[in-house]
Amino acid sequence: MLHRQKSAPAPPGPLAAPPANLAIEPPLPAPDPRDYLLRLYVAGATPQSMRAILDARKLCEDHLGQRCQLEVIDIYQNPALARDEQIVAVPTLVRHQPKPIRRLVGDLSNPERILKGLDLAAHFSRD
Amino acid sequence: MTKRTPRSAATPPSDPPLRKSPVGIRGLDEILQGGLPTGRSTLVCGGAGSGKTLMATEFLVRGAREFGEPGVMMTFEETSEDLAQNVASLQFAIPELIAAKRMVVDHVHIQRDETVETGEYSLEGLFVRLGHAIDSVGAKRVALDSLEVLFASLADAAVLRAELRRLFQWLKGKGVMAIVTAERGDGKLTRQGIEEYVSDCVLLLDNRVADQLVTRRLRVVKYRGSGHGIDEYPFLIGERGFSVYPITSAALIHAAPVARIASGIPRLDQMLGGQGFYQGSSVLVSGNAGTGKTSIAAHLMRATCERGQRCLAFLFEESSAQMVRNIRSIGIDLEPWVERGLLRFHSSRPTMYGLEAHLDAIHREVEEFEPSVVVIDPITNLDSGGLRAEATSLLTRLIDFFKSRQITTLFTSLTHGTADAETSEAYISSIMDTWLLVRNVETGGERNRVLYVLKSRGMAHSNQVREFVIGKDGIELVDVYVGSGGVLTGAARVAQEAREAREADIADQQRHRMSMEMDHRLILLRAKSEALRLDIEIAERERESFNLSNAASREEELATRGRMAHARHADHWTDDAAGEETRTAASWNSSSTASSIEGV
Repeated sequence: MLHRQKSAPAPPGPLAAPPANLAIEPPLPAPDPRDYLLRLYVAGATPQSMRAILDARKLCEDHLGQRCQLEVIDIYQNPALARDEQIVAVPTLVRHQPKPIRRLVGDLSNPERILKGLDLAAHFSRD
Repeated sequence: MTKRTPRSAATPPSDPPLRKSPVGIRGLDEILQGGLPTGRSTLVCGGAGSGKTLMATEFLVRGAREFGEPGVMMTFEETSEDLAQNVASLQFAIPELIAAKRMVVDHVHIQRDETVETGEYSLEGLFVRLGHAIDSVGAKRVALDSLEVLFASLADAAVLRAELRRLFQWLKGKGVMAIVTAERGDGKLTRQGIEEYVSDCVLLLDNRVADQLVTRRLRVVKYRGSGHGIDEYPFLIGERGFSVYPITSAALIHAAPVARIASGIPRLDQMLGGQGFYQGSSVLVSGNAGTGKTSIAAHLMRATCERGQRCLAFLFEESSAQMVRNIRSIGIDLEPWVERGLLRFHSSRPTMYGLEAHLDAIHREVEEFEPSVVVIDPITNLDSGGLRAEATSLLTRLIDFFKSRQITTLFTSLTHGTADAETSEAYISSIMDTWLLVRNVETGGERNRVLYVLKSRGMAHSNQVREFVIGKDGIELVDVYVGSGGVLTGAARVAQEAREAREADIADQQRHRMSMEMDHRLILLRAKSEALRLDIEIAERERESFNLSNAASREEELATRGRMAHARHADHWTDDAAGEETRTAASWNSSSTASSIEGV
């Protein structure tokens, strides 16, 4: 069930389709607290989107390393997903794992606020 | 800037200054003179429970069902399931519309406790969702209910405002007709000032409770580039959704049929210019308790059914079984007509629902049964407890509804004891065409009923009071006696009838005697005059014979004298002297005749 893979550097522009059945995520039996599933929702290849994607990647590489899985979703390509995931504002960064879900709305230029918002500091302190 | 036409000026619907699309809500399109602006956004604001969501929903459902315009509902408050459930009682069948790809419901929900704002953002997600929903069904209509929830979910008001402005521009660009709802704010139209962005058309819904009666009102606050009704219009939320009470009432444009219908009481028809009520007119029968108002109504019901027309009666005092039984006691059997489907009763307690619900029930029944005559017995109970002005304005619209369908309506109205009926009902009577007043007159230890026609527009009607007698064979109208002691009815009238008959008898005899006396005198005079005439004749004859004999003796005398003179040889005797003598005798004769005539 766990996909441990480093987020591939995605080219700017239209992005890949998301995994199906996002809504139905079976509860994980023993989630590794060090695994992170982050999804970044952006709207098209705008400078704002590009900046958000770069910021998110940098964040993962700098602070989460191998344990972070980052998916970038372009809602222009997947409008139905925007509805299913209740996306209103962009960019939105959603922490799907660990639970509970947290949503970060707005640009990601301030890493400290992001880490605080993702509640990652607590996890780091446990390391 | 579009130049706004004067709001009171009604732009003729034939020449609209901008394109409009009908909403499909009853009455609203008339007020808006054709509908909402096509391809533009309309703001609907109002307090909690004023019907904003329902209006937005009905706008979409009617669009999808009646105008072939699919719609998108973006709801910020209720989930799709809640929405479908809330309007399920209205037979809107939203799940079916969604399944048929004629409607999309997207519930936008921002989970406040799991969301953190970390920087600048745009609402592009909302645009994408809305755009996707519009494209997926080819929507022409969009409802956003209500955008203001965003202000509670997202902190950056500056971003929200900028994005809302962009959203309305974007909607306009998409060419969809949109309804945006917003909560009413203190001293302004909406709490968040949404009216700044939606400026083409603004509707205000209001929900007031006065004397335990809820009245809903709708007002068109503005409609850029179009005329519209400017008043507050009452509206109902009934079993079939919104009904705004139609503006046609203000226009007074219904046809005026000249056909007449019989009231079922021949003498009453006589009083009404000989032919009864006008078809499509409104008739008010008012009077105190027990004056026979319902009986008059029953006659009209029977007469209608006998003509083969349908009659619908709303009873607010008795059940239909009670009605049938009670009316049978005056010799009218309504049951066969009920069985044949020509007569339908709808009875309910006035206190069972509000005025709003009653009026909605009346509308629904009338539209379903399509009667030619409607009886509402009594109308008084409907407005009891409510504000008179409110009730009147709803009743006016109700009457217009009947008139527009050419339905003759008979309302009974219960007036209270001492109050002067003519003034106490002025508020309702002005909208009636014919007003019959039934009144109790108390004389000689009994109460009797009298009826008169207070007014009847467009016909020469009787100004006479009639006694109103309810017998075993229904109502009979009889003449009353008006004398120095006032109007006589009942036993007093019967006594008066007897007295008059006796007096007439005496007068007859008197006349006969007088005529005989006069004859007698004439005969007497004529006889007298005949006797006199005979006397005259006798006298004349006597006079004649006297003259003749007189003349003869005179001649004799002259002749004798002549002979004597001749015999004596008198020298003075000449022929001349003899002639003189003769003439003198003749003149004496004639004067004596004249005097004898004078002497008679």
